[in-house]
Amino acid sequence: MVDERPFPPGEYPVVVVGSGPGALQTSYFLSRYGIDHATISADPSAGGMFRKWPFFQRLLSWTKPYAAGADRQSRAFQRWDWNSLLAREPELRGLQAEFMDGTSDFPSRPEMEANLAAFAERAGVQVRYGCTWESTRREETADGDRFTLVTSDGEYRCRFAIFAVGVSEPYSPATPGIELAVHYADTRDAPSYAGHRLFIIGKQNSGFELATGLLQWASRISLSSPSPAKTSIETHSLVGVRARYVQPFEDSILGGGVDILSASTKGIERTPAGGFLVKLERSDNAMPMTLEADEVIAATGFTCPLRDLPALGVATFGQSKLPAQTDFWESATVPGIFFAGTITQGAAGLKKHGIPPNSGALHGYRYNARVLVDHLAETYFGAVHERPAIAEGDVRDHLLAEATRAPELWHQKAFLASVVSLDGSAGIRNEGIVPLTRFLDAGDGDAIAMTVESDGTTIFPVVYVRRGGRQEEHALEPDPLNDFEGPTYRRALGQILDRAVPGASAA
Amino acid sequence: MATRDEIADAIAGMAIFADLARPQLMGVASRFEEAFFPKDARVLRQGLTGSGFYVILDGEADVVADGQKRATLARGDFFGEVSVLLGEPPIADVVATRPLRCVVLGGPAVEGFLVDHPRVMYRMLQASARRLRGANQRAAASQ
Repeated sequence: MVDERPFPPGEYPVVVVGSGPGALQTSYFLSRYGIDHATISADPSAGGMFRKWPFFQRLLSWTKPYAAGADRQSRAFQRWDWNSLLAREPELRGLQAEFMDGTSDFPSRPEMEANLAAFAERAGVQVRYGCTWESTRREETADGDRFTLVTSDGEYRCRFAIFAVGVSEPYSPATPGIELAVHYADTRDAPSYAGHRLFIIGKQNSGFELATGLLQWASRISLSSPSPAKTSIETHSLVGVRARYVQPFEDSILGGGVDILSASTKGIERTPAGGFLVKLERSDNAMPMTLEADEVIAATGFTCPLRDLPALGVATFGQSKLPAQTDFWESATVPGIFFAGTITQGAAGLKKHGIPPNSGALHGYRYNARVLVDHLAETYFGAVHERPAIAEGDVRDHLLAEATRAPELWHQKAFLASVVSLDGSAGIRNEGIVPLTRFLDAGDGDAIAMTVESDGTTIFPVVYVRRGGRQEEHALEPDPLNDFEGPTYRRALGQILDRAVPGASAA
Repeated sequence: MATRDEIADAIAGMAIFADLARPQLMGVASRFEEAFFPKDARVLRQGLTGSGFYVILDGEADVVADGQKRATLARGDFFGEVSVLLGEPPIADVVATRPLRCVVLGGPAVEGFLVDHPRVMYRMLQASARRLRGANQRAAASQ
């Protein structure tokens, strides 16, 4: 029996705000630990941003239903499935593949929404929908701070508040005349742009998504921002315009009615004919230029709807006003306030070689949510994780298998690490997945961490060895097939480990 | 913090960007990213590859090599460039001693940025020359 209005206002150890995938994943793991919590959401149903966007109704994130031997319940399958939430129960895993019609490895928006709704229903994740978080109070007690979330349904008091409210508030810059532009969030149906000259402010994925979808409708499309657009193929990461949206690049290069400009938008004015005059300043020579358009769309991004949290002391940064976060996604300035979902991109980790983790996307933040709840459960709710023993002779092959197949390492490069502890009294233990910065900055005792990393050119495993308080970093060579389990890698890792784990290369 | 306009305002008075006009400052603001580090956070890690080039907007940080404090950095100071230019891991930690806001450019993007902004490169060279002079003077004084 599903309670339509669960979690009445009151006192809970934990309150989760949101009903997108980040909130569902967090609530799921809290439930599996038996941690009492309330999940509340202003929305009427599960799905978060996927209830509305992407505007052109097909995702940027793939699921390959027949990868990993089509064993959709396996951990290995997660590497090829960016859209399913994680579950302990095998029958709840890899759900996205069930909802795909075979026309694309990128699910449609309704297919994604169905995947998330099915997960919530089958996993029994309950949410109090239609309950809007309005404001927040902090109260100091002898037993640490308590937070009160004032909502449209009443007050929720809690020790820990986890905000999974997305990066969902439309943002437009303070350009003169910006009110004449329509934000991406308010884009109309494609046929209504038939024959129109479009000017799109912004050259991120949202701008190129609109440009791609409107190629067949618009008479001309111009996109502009101060810096040159880069594709994900150039950056070797999800930073940059995804390959799904490269068609406007080709049209531009071939002179096919698309302009991709590097210029600042200085102003937008109405013309007597009813269109718009867009004033630009070129980035290359600072010279002014103008162009006429029938429509101006601001694909200028979104910010975090953090309401009054900054006034409570939550530090934010960047154009998206992301909250600054610790290794475990806790506000860096207000302990007890945590974040889940796409907001966790505010914890950028080491950002080695300038490449961020994929915490902005489901296939990254689903692991953040699991690690966060593991951390909360063990630190504050008395749970003890299983840390299976590993035989000395198996350490090397375990780490190489993790580098080759662990979805956490592949999706969260240089951010999440697979850790083995070498504490003498407890023996060699599999510590599981740990934020790399946590391992480097807060860990104690001898241990080894394995990550997968990219320098913007190649992908390779990196081994971090902590021994006697000293840390070493060893990058292994890349492999053309991304298979790090062969004899070359066994030899290389064996040489590194021999000093830390004397029997490691004996197998 | 911080829109690109606000970043451009924040860096406008800094020595390293002193020669840039407003459009170029906006270009810098769109290429760099803002980062925030709480007190005691390590920003740069001695011996770890893959670092970036940082310019401090606000706050304070210590340069710590082999456990020894070597310098204190504040608004307008920059760090990480030696490691990026040499393609080697940093030879010191940089640790926030107060909440620290920076703008940062990932290592692989630094060369292209400096080539596109020769006046920033010149200012960086001046700062490096001052540091080299200081190091030489300290070395001479200790002999």
